[in-house]
Amino acid sequence: MQFASFLGCNIPARVSQYADATGAVFDKLNIELVDFPEFNCCGYPARNMDHRTFVLSAAKNLAVAERSGLDMMVMCKCCYGSLKKAAYALDEDPDLKKDINAILAKEKLHYEGRVQVHHLLSVLYHKVGTASLKPLISKTFSGLQIAVSYGCHALRPSKITGFDDPVSPVIFDELVEITGAFSVEWARKLDCCGAPLTGVNDRLAMDMALKKITSARDAGAHYICTACPYTHLQFDWVQNRMALNSDNWEPLAPILYPQLLGLCMEIDQKTLGLDHNRLELSHITSYLMTE
Amino acid sequence: MFDFLLYASLIIFLLGLIYKVSNWFIRKLGGVGQTVTTAQRVRSAASGILQVVFSTKLVFVCRAILVDILLQGRVFKESVLRWLAHMLIFYGFMLLLLMHALDSVITEAWFNDYYPTVNPFLFLRDLFGAMVLTGVALAAIRRYLSKVPRLRTGGRDHYAVIILAVIMLSGIGLEGLKISSHSEFTRMVEDYAGMDDEEEIEALEAVWVKDYGLVSPNVTGPFDEDLLAAGREAHETNCLDCHASAKWAFTGYTLAKIITPVAVWLDQADGTTIFWYIHIIACFAGLAYLPFSKMFHIIAAPISLIANQVMDPRRSAPANILTRQIMELDACTHCGSCSLNCSAGMIYEAVGNEYILPSEKMACLKKMVAGQKLDDEQMKAIGEGVYLCTNCDRCTVRCPSGIQLKELWYHVREALLMSGPPLAPVLTPFSFARGVAIQETLKAADYNLPIRKAVGLVAGQSEQLIKSDATIPLNTLPATAGRPSPGDNTFSHCFSCQSCTAVCPVVANYPQPEQVLGLLPHQIMCSLGLGLTEMAAGAKMIWDCLTCYQCQENCPQQVAVCDLLYGLKNFVAAKS
Repeated sequence: MQFASFLGCNIPARVSQYADATGAVFDKLNIELVDFPEFNCCGYPARNMDHRTFVLSAAKNLAVAERSGLDMMVMCKCCYGSLKKAAYALDEDPDLKKDINAILAKEKLHYEGRVQVHHLLSVLYHKVGTASLKPLISKTFSGLQIAVSYGCHALRPSKITGFDDPVSPVIFDELVEITGAFSVEWARKLDCCGAPLTGVNDRLAMDMALKKITSARDAGAHYICTACPYTHLQFDWVQNRMALNSDNWEPLAPILYPQLLGLCMEIDQKTLGLDHNRLELSHITSYLMTE
Repeated sequence: MFDFLLYASLIIFLLGLIYKVSNWFIRKLGGVGQTVTTAQRVRSAASGILQVVFSTKLVFVCRAILVDILLQGRVFKESVLRWLAHMLIFYGFMLLLLMHALDSVITEAWFNDYYPTVNPFLFLRDLFGAMVLTGVALAAIRRYLSKVPRLRTGGRDHYAVIILAVIMLSGIGLEGLKISSHSEFTRMVEDYAGMDDEEEIEALEAVWVKDYGLVSPNVTGPFDEDLLAAGREAHETNCLDCHASAKWAFTGYTLAKIITPVAVWLDQADGTTIFWYIHIIACFAGLAYLPFSKMFHIIAAPISLIANQVMDPRRSAPANILTRQIMELDACTHCGSCSLNCSAGMIYEAVGNEYILPSEKMACLKKMVAGQKLDDEQMKAIGEGVYLCTNCDRCTVRCPSGIQLKELWYHVREALLMSGPPLAPVLTPFSFARGVAIQETLKAADYNLPIRKAVGLVAGQSEQLIKSDATIPLNTLPATAGRPSPGDNTFSHCFSCQSCTAVCPVVANYPQPEQVLGLLPHQIMCSLGLGLTEMAAGAKMIWDCLTCYQCQENCPQQVAVCDLLYGLKNFVAAKS
C-alpha cells in the first residue's frame, strides 16, 4: 500500500514528532508514505479571506496527488476538512473547476476529481483495520484512561467529510482501545479545541480549550489523545502557557495517536518524539504492561 | 590607462565593501534593536566570533565551509542543474581570476615557465572561460526561457547575467581577433622570433594561416608543400617553445575560424584594441560595482551559511541577531527557491500580491532597511504579504544561502503590524503561529494591538442598527441581482428554530452573547433572508466563529450556516 502523505504547514514547522511517529508506525505496517515537495498550504487559513483563493490552494494539492495516482493521507484534521470541502466545491461548480484548472495549468497540473482524501485515522481504521494492527502490538497499556478528541473539521459537515458518524463516532475510540487503554466517555469529546481562534481571539480560544480539558479530566482521563497538529498545539503549547500563568492549573498532557500506538509497537521514545512535546509525557510508559 | 582603471576600480570596490559591511552594524530592521548602538553591535559580533573560534563550534564552521560553501550542497539539494550552473560559474571565474587576471602576481610566482601562450595555461584559460559561459547560459535559460513558477527576474538579476556574459564574450572575442590578426602576427614575429629573412617569414606566415587560424592579407592557401615545410622548420625554431598551437585555445580558435571572411577588415579597424578595452572596462566595472550588485553575495552568502551553522536564532545575542539579519539581506541572491517552494504560492496566484512571495518580500525589505519610504498602498501590500504566510518554515529550510527567513518575517511582521494599517487577515488562522509561538515573546499590549485594529476595521458596523430602538428598514434595496450575497442562498430555508444558536459553543461561552457577538447565528440567517447582508456582515459573531460546524450539522433545514459565515467574512474582507 502507498499513500501521498500530506503534512501541511504546522507539522514540519512545529509538530515534527507527529510525522516522525507516523512514519515509524507505517514502517511497521509496510505502508509507504510518499512526500511531494509541490504540496502547499491546504487553503484552510485563506478560507476566511476568499473562497476562490482557498479552493485554488487546496486544488493544487489534489492535482499533485492525482497526477501521482496515489490517494492522499492527511494528518491534520483542518487540512483534511479543507481538502474535502474544496474537492466538494470543485465537484459542485464546473465553472469554478474550469477557472482553477486554468491557473493550475501554469504549474502543468490538472484536477479531474479522481483522488481520494483520507485522514490518518481513517487509513488505520478502514484501510489497515484493527485486526491487522493488533498482531503488531507487542505491549499493551493497563489502567490507562484516554480522552479522544475527534476534531471538528474531520467530523463536520459530515455530508462532505464522511469521516465517521457525526453524533456517535467510533473510529478513534476503537483505535485507542486496541492499545489496551480505556477510551473514556466525556461530554466535550466532539467539541472544538479553540485552535481556529488562537491568535485571533485568544481568550475565547482558551475558554474552549479549558472547557474541553476540564471535561476530560472530570471523566477520569490521564491524557488527551489527538490526531491533529492544531488540536495538539492547543493542548500542548497553549495549555503549557496557561499553566505557567496560573497558580493552580495542573495540565492534562496530550499525546498524538501514532505516539500512543508506537509505544505499544515498542518503537523507541526518541523516534516517537515524546520529548518533543512541551508537556511531560514520559510517565505514560508506566502504564505499559511488562509481561 | 590600465593602471589608472585598475586602481580606480579597486578603490571604489574597497570603499563599497567598507560601506556595505558597515551597514550590517548600523542599519536596523523595523522596530527591532532600536536601543542597540553600532559600537555594541561590533563588540558583540567580535566576542561572538571569538567564542566560536575557541570552541567546538569550529567543527561546524569547517563543515559549512566544505559542504555549504565549497561544494554548495544546499544548491545541489534544490536542483542538480542549478548546482552545475553555479559550480561552473563559481569555479570557472575563480580560476580565471587567479590564473589569468592575477597572472603577474600568482601564476608567475608559482610557475617559473609561465607564459599565457603555452600549455597548460593557454588551454586552461579557455576551459575556465567556457565553464563560466556554459554556467551563465544555463542561468540565462532558467531566467528567461524555462517557466519556473513564481521566479521573478529584476534589474539586479539582469545585471549579474549581463556583466558575466560581457566579460566572458569580450575575452573570447579578444582572443579570436588576436589569433586571426595579421598585425598581431607581425608584432610577435618582430618581438619574439628575431627573424629578418623575408622568405622565411612568408613561409612561417603560410603555416600560421594554414594551421593556426591566422588570416593574412598577403598570403592565402593552398600552399605548396615545400613552403609549408620551410615554414614548419621556422615555426619549430622560433615559435614553438613559447607558443602552443592556437587550436588549444579552442573558444578563441573557433571564433577566429568563424570571422575569417572579415578578419582582415577587423584587424585593420584595430578590433583587438577595441575588444581589449571592452574586456578590461567590463572587468573593472564589475569589480567596482560588485559591492552594490547582487554579486556581493559572494561575500555575504558564505558568512550567512557559516552563521546558519553556528548561531541559534533564539538564543544568540540580540545584537548579533540584528546584525546577522541585515547581513542576510545582502546574502539573498533572488534565486527564487523560497518562492517556488512557498506554501502560500497558490495564495499568491489567486490574490496577486507579489509581497506574498518570500523573494519579493526580501527585495522590499532591502529597500525599507535602506531607508526608502513606502507609500500607503505599498505599506498595505507588504503588510498583507507578510501576513499571508502559513509559517511552514519551508523558505528557511530551502534557502541556498542559509538565510533565516522565518525570523526575518517574525520581526518585520510585528513592526508592520504596529506601524502599518489594520489588516483583515489578522482575524484568520494565518494568526495561529503568532498566537502559539510569538505571543510569549511579546508584551501583551503589543500582541493585542493588531488584533484590536483588525476588529475595528471589519466588525461592529451593524452596532447602530442593532442597538437602535427604531425599526430596521427592510427592503431598502431593490430585490434584484445587485443585492450582495454571501454565497449560496440556503439561508432562505431558515424557519428560525434557533438550533444553530443553541448548539453554538461561542454563544454558550457568554452570559450575554448578543452584547459580545452583535448578532447570533440564527439572527444572521434571518438578516440574510431579509436582504440585510451589510448588517449581518457587521456582526462580531462572524469573526468569533470557531468554524466547528455544529450549527450546520444540526440545522434541520440544511442551511449551510457555517459556510454562510465564511461567505460573510469573504464579503467583508473583499471590501476592506
